Amino acid sequence: MELAISIITGLMIIGALYAIHAKDLLSSVIACGIVGYSLVICFLLLKAPDLAIVQIVVDTITLIIMVAVVLDSSREEKYSRLDTWGYVSAATGVLLIGILLWVFINSIQTLDVLGKSTLRMAGSYIEGAAQRTGSANLVTGVVFDFRGYDTMGEAVVLVTAVLGVLTILRLKGKK
Amino acid sequence: MKGMTIIVKKTTQLIAGMIFMYGIYVIIHGHLTPGGGFAGGVIVAGSLILVTLAYGGNFLNLIKEEAGTTIVESLATMMVIMIATAGFIFGTHVFFNNFLPKGIVGQLISAGVLPLYNIFIGTEVAASIFIIFLSLIIFKEESPQ
Amino acid sequence: MITYIMCFILFLVGFYGVITRRNLVKIAVSLSIMEISTFLFFALIGYVDGGAAPIVDPADPVKTYVDPLPQAMVLTAIVIGLATTSMMMAIIIRLYRKYGTFDIREIKNLKG
Repeated sequence: MELAISIITGLMIIGALYAIHAKDLLSSVIACGIVGYSLVICFLLLKAPDLAIVQIVVDTITLIIMVAVVLDSSREEKYSRLDTWGYVSAATGVLLIGILLWVFINSIQTLDVLGKSTLRMAGSYIEGAAQRTGSANLVTGVVFDFRGYDTMGEAVVLVTAVLGVLTILRLKGKK
Repeated sequence: MKGMTIIVKKTTQLIAGMIFMYGIYVIIHGHLTPGGGFAGGVIVAGSLILVTLAYGGNFLNLIKEEAGTTIVESLATMMVIMIATAGFIFGTHVFFNNFLPKGIVGQLISAGVLPLYNIFIGTEVAASIFIIFLSLIIFKEESPQ
Repeated sequence: MITYIMCFILFLVGFYGVITRRNLVKIAVSLSIMEISTFLFFALIGYVDGGAAPIVDPADPVKTYVDPLPQAMVLTAIVIGLATTSMMMAIIIRLYRKYGTFDIREIKNLKG
């Protein structure tokens, strides 16, 4: 299981590296879609079918919206020579990446091996959950019954995003 | 906006209804099989986007659709909050109480108030994503290019 | 342990893209890649060896289930990521119609 997920994550890294270095904007957007679809295979290997369904359709809709923005523009990234600000930002990027990687490797020493760690709340959520909520799908029971506030917050975030998009893309006001 | 060629229109006639029914199935059986409100809502929005892209539509039609969909989305969010507040009145007085009878695990009508939550959240998610897509198309139509 | 490090390297690739790219669409794509790596990390944390998918079948009891709590958190986060990306795309298309370019340094110089 570790080997399979590591190989798929390696392919995702190659796809992501192409997505940020591509010359053509449409190729870069399609590579972002491919990284999202590879995540679906990882979710199915990690026994999470709920997440796989949501990730497939959400990634398709993200691809549609990004292509709708890119298609009616000049589809190329203008390449210009690296000036001093380019070198400064690249050096800052490499320095921050080194620091973050060192901190991460030191701080996951406390985690167990993949597949053996159990979180503390897992035991009290799983036992008798089917009787207490009455639903056969444990993830739906957790999302809507034990953690109802998070679902309400997510519905409010969606309404706010729709309000923001309607305000930004409005050309003619009311007379 | 212009629609697409006749091959795309014929294929959409055959398939779009089935995708819509599949989305409604995933919403309603949210407490029995994997899926639920969010996944089914996005699938329903996908079928509506397919019909809009394949057939096009003149401009005034799209504005009327957008106005109607915003009303549906606001009503669905209000129903979610009203069901959550109804937990105050019945049973133990907490917010988000599961107050309808729970039934037998594994049947379609079970799990108290959860199927109602699934239906209203699914409607709200589908309406939100369709509004975002429609406002992008209306912006591209009416701005001078 | 190697899986966690590969997942974090994907996060760092997206982080590098946000810092050094000048094109607005590339910045949005890199932000989306960072979100994808976070979802993968959460799903990796909740995995139990030999566990089954968290669907209870009343006729066939199973001993261990995979942890459903990180899956519930990622379910909400995926839809919120879609809302954020679509709002960024709305701002980007508005900026392109006004200034005619996707490059952030030229937009900073124009000051329309």
